[in-house]
Amino acid sequence: MPVGASTIIEVRDLKKYFTIKTEGVSEEKSLLKAVDGVSLDVYEGEILGVVGESGCGKSTLGKTIMRLHDKTDGQVLYRGKDLFAKDPSAMKDMTLKMQMIFQDPYSSLNPRKKVSKIIGQPLDIHKIGTPEERLERVAQLMEEVGLNPKFRTRYPHQFSGGQRQRIGIARALALNPEFIVCDEAVSALDVSVQAQILNLLLDLQEKYGFTYLFIAHDLAVVEFIATRILVMYLGRIVEIADKHELVGNHVHPYTQALFEAFPATSPKGRELKKRIVMGDVPSPINPPQGCHFHPRCPYAVDKCRQAYPPLKEVSPGHSAACWVVQKDI
Amino acid sequence: MAEKKEILLSIQNLSFSFDTQRGVVNAVRDISLDIRKGETLTLVGESGCGKSVTAHAINQLNPMPPGKVDHGKIMFRGTDLLTLKRHEIEKLRGTQISMIFQEPMTALNPVFTVGTQIADVFMTHQHMTKQEAMERTIDLFKLVKIPAPERRVNSYPHQLSGGMRQRAMIAMALASPEPGLMIADEPTTALDVTIQAQILDLLNDLKHKIEMSILLITHDMGVVAEMADRVVVMYAGRKVEEADVFSIFETPRHPYTLGLLNSLPSNTKYKNARRLEAITGTVPDMRTIGAGCPFENRCAYASQKCGQEFPAETVLSESHSVWCHNYHMVKEG
Repeated sequence: MPVGASTIIEVRDLKKYFTIKTEGVSEEKSLLKAVDGVSLDVYEGEILGVVGESGCGKSTLGKTIMRLHDKTDGQVLYRGKDLFAKDPSAMKDMTLKMQMIFQDPYSSLNPRKKVSKIIGQPLDIHKIGTPEERLERVAQLMEEVGLNPKFRTRYPHQFSGGQRQRIGIARALALNPEFIVCDEAVSALDVSVQAQILNLLLDLQEKYGFTYLFIAHDLAVVEFIATRILVMYLGRIVEIADKHELVGNHVHPYTQALFEAFPATSPKGRELKKRIVMGDVPSPINPPQGCHFHPRCPYAVDKCRQAYPPLKEVSPGHSAACWVVQKDI
Repeated sequence: MAEKKEILLSIQNLSFSFDTQRGVVNAVRDISLDIRKGETLTLVGESGCGKSVTAHAINQLNPMPPGKVDHGKIMFRGTDLLTLKRHEIEKLRGTQISMIFQEPMTALNPVFTVGTQIADVFMTHQHMTKQEAMERTIDLFKLVKIPAPERRVNSYPHQLSGGMRQRAMIAMALASPEPGLMIADEPTTALDVTIQAQILDLLNDLKHKIEMSILLITHDMGVVAEMADRVVVMYAGRKVEEADVFSIFETPRHPYTLGLLNSLPSNTKYKNARRLEAITGTVPDMRTIGAGCPFENRCAYASQKCGQEFPAETVLSESHSVWCHNYHMVKEG
């Protein structure tokens, strides 16, 4: 933990299961354990990157923290207060401080509303300011994210993908949040636009001291923006550490595989690259017994097939869930 | 590349436009490129740059109308593909020019098993019996490393994972007597990175096993670095730089290519940086592009000339050309 940093979000053994119908005609239902016992602290002012492949539960984690999903079990505390407490008025106060930026700038903006309406909606809902003050705030927000305020009467389809993402960011800023979940916020963008948006997110973070939970499948993006990174695999955290520690000294075989699978940044030496991961990600509906990664893991031993390893510290601030790494085999 | 191999396909001065309700979009303007036997040529660029339209022009997959070839030729083994009739091009698609797509689920028919769909290619184009065709299909599944191929041929597309579906698509693309050219349109964009790595390995492996040429369309410079022999960079319908893959990454000469490389967060220069060198602005409206260089409005090196005429080719070396008035101002890295 960084010295002197206070915890803004505490996640305690959070579980989110979805009940789904299985294939075929039977009425049999099965459980998809999207998030299966995740505990973590998010410190004030940090950018905590969450990486993993599709189906690892990274988006569900973000959405459950935001209470867009109901939890199955566990706790989420915002500055010590339970986010899932039943009292709606207390909830409203807390959610003012938490916002989300979504992946798809096309489907996350109402196509029938003008931009000023979209950005100003949080102000309308929470009845903040007079109509004139709200308009002024919208203009200010548009300027803040690099949009010309004179475009406020336009509709979303009149903007490019990058500009739409800026609209989504302006909306998230409207209520002066402290904590923002960025769920694949730059994944749908072209690389030149992606670079602009990453810079914008960093500018805003420096100016206002936001805390980001930055969810992305693109390791390079997370490696660039995050200050701390956690890696998820089939609903659980497999490794978490400070950025430089995780990039330089990752220990979990899955993290290793992710880094090795990542395409080269230059064609030099591409023939020499070796890869270790075999096969597909198993279905999260019926994850393998024991450590979920063992069928793809080159180091798996008997114990890995029997019991799921706990997340344990391997060096200060660096934890991994792997029997082999913990030398407990 | 040391030796120059025979040219398999040659696109010559292709211009392609779409007549839309809101005006004419000149999607591709005066593109020329050669694909040699056994090489991987990648077409790289961002959305709307015309890379897919160029590739789809080869086997006439662009909807026409509203699409229209304004100019140019596509020469393949002595014939101009643009003059072929529908049934002629269809025959070519199954035998000499194959294609794999970004989302294999939409390219495969959901109501037939993958085995049947691939066997169909053998039966239609090579007049095999059903049993022969099935056996060849199982062989192909082995070639593309699908586990338990005898069982997998009887699977329906939805029963396969994304990576397996893409392998099945690749198998289908190889179901021809003489695989000549494979057009791969963003083949790994929809896949997770560990699966992407496997598919790229497979394509590289196949390219060496059977002398196949690959035209790879991608927006991802990482995929380019892993796969390409030569690279064509496109921007807003124009070819702006063409080179061997090493020159593109080490000595890019077009401001856009340089900007694209600088936009990558994985670029080693950002090890300890807190900002990226982003290209400012956005892609111009394709309906109102003038005669000048389309990158002019975002370019740090633009001069007056750039807005007026599109630059001619500057040959920098045998394998490196750039289309930029001010290329000499662009420093590498």
